[in-house]
Amino acid sequence: MITADLHTLSGAYALHALPHDERAAFERHLADCEACAQEVAEFTATAARLGLATAGPMPPEMREQVLHRIAAVRQERPVSASTARAGRFGTRARRSSRWALAACVAAAGLGGVAVWQHDRAEDARAVARQARASADELAAVLTAPDARTGTARLAGGATGAVVVSRSLDRAAFVSSGMAEPPRGKVYQLWFDDRGTMRPAGLMDPRRADQSVLLQGAVDGADGMGITVEPAGGSPEPTSPPVAVMDFPA
Amino acid sequence: MKEAVYIGPNPSSEPDLTELVQRVAMGDQDAFAALYDSVASPVHGVVRSVLRDRAQSEEVAQEVLVEVWRTAPRYRPDRGTPVNWILTLAHRRAVDRVRSVEAAAAREHKAALLDRLPDYDHVTEQVEARLEREQVRRCLRTLTDVQKQAVTLAYYRGLTYRQVAETLALPLGTVKTRLRDGLVRLRDCLGVTV
Repeated sequence: MITADLHTLSGAYALHALPHDERAAFERHLADCEACAQEVAEFTATAARLGLATAGPMPPEMREQVLHRIAAVRQERPVSASTARAGRFGTRARRSSRWALAACVAAAGLGGVAVWQHDRAEDARAVARQARASADELAAVLTAPDARTGTARLAGGATGAVVVSRSLDRAAFVSSGMAEPPRGKVYQLWFDDRGTMRPAGLMDPRRADQSVLLQGAVDGADGMGITVEPAGGSPEPTSPPVAVMDFPA
Repeated sequence: MKEAVYIGPNPSSEPDLTELVQRVAMGDQDAFAALYDSVASPVHGVVRSVLRDRAQSEEVAQEVLVEVWRTAPRYRPDRGTPVNWILTLAHRRAVDRVRSVEAAAAREHKAALLDRLPDYDHVTEQVEARLEREQVRRCLRTLTDVQKQAVTLAYYRGLTYRQVAETLALPLGTVKTRLRDGLVRLRDCLGVTV
């Protein structure tokens, strides 16, 4: 589909009126099109107004039922990010709140990191096609039948996609348009083990577009982060994350 | 009135709900009860509008509200107000449900679909909700017939734009464009800023 065509889908997208395949195509377009993202945000807020107008009488017993249900439902972790020193255990609660704070700081400083997650294997296969991955192992992750993809808009117009295959227990990160890291620095990838960052390899600092297989097994990690580290990488993050992404469910 | 729906980087226009969500994110069940009282009615309204079936609507609305509890720690103010987040979630879940059950079922007749749009006059309740409804109704009236039908079928009925095109016997391209320019007009009329 040509771009001009895609652009007019912003209304249908914001109203959840796109079939799956077109939704995925539009989300990929959205990651590259700041004007579209702004328009979608406005349309989504407009749709919420249409929704507010539907407020009406409720089944009275629902309140108690819902309050009863949530008491037994465990909440998800906050989106994690950290300036804290990883590797010490026993301070998880305190550390995870610092991670959350760092994520807010990072998001504010970068003008926001908007994430659209979608979970269709078709997306993963499309990412794979775009990535033209040469490494077999990387290709295996990107094309796994159970591959799930989450996409994010990163700072400076860059975009990223994380692809996870549960059956292979591996994850890959695909970036496009990432700024060159400062001299002597490198982007380092991390698995997020419930707030503790586990090193997952380095990105090639000379390439704005690349596909990287995260080193090591996913092993239950529920997200990934990217930090700027001294060349060669660090055993634990030494700077706030430039991006944090949850693995798609 | 509904300052809540003006989304932006500065949540000061909506101190209460944002603060409530932050407390919910820390596991505060009392805060969740208060949040429930603020949003459950439109959540149920959105879901009911799309699903129409009463039992299913209650089920999905409950699921949405539980999901709000579960995912509150991941709520990010920079991505929109709590109301925006929650009603977008509600609409998404309702649409997911209707698309999963409708695959085999024939679509309803256009007249039936348009007939049962939300009956704005039917309910009387707190002034705020009535004002919101009046404003939305007023702004919907500024749309052309095609814009209005396309937007309402897509949002209030959960139809894909292809189904909208089929229902209104219009070309796909026309429906895409009308959804977009209809939303532009509504956005401007409602004064939505991001």
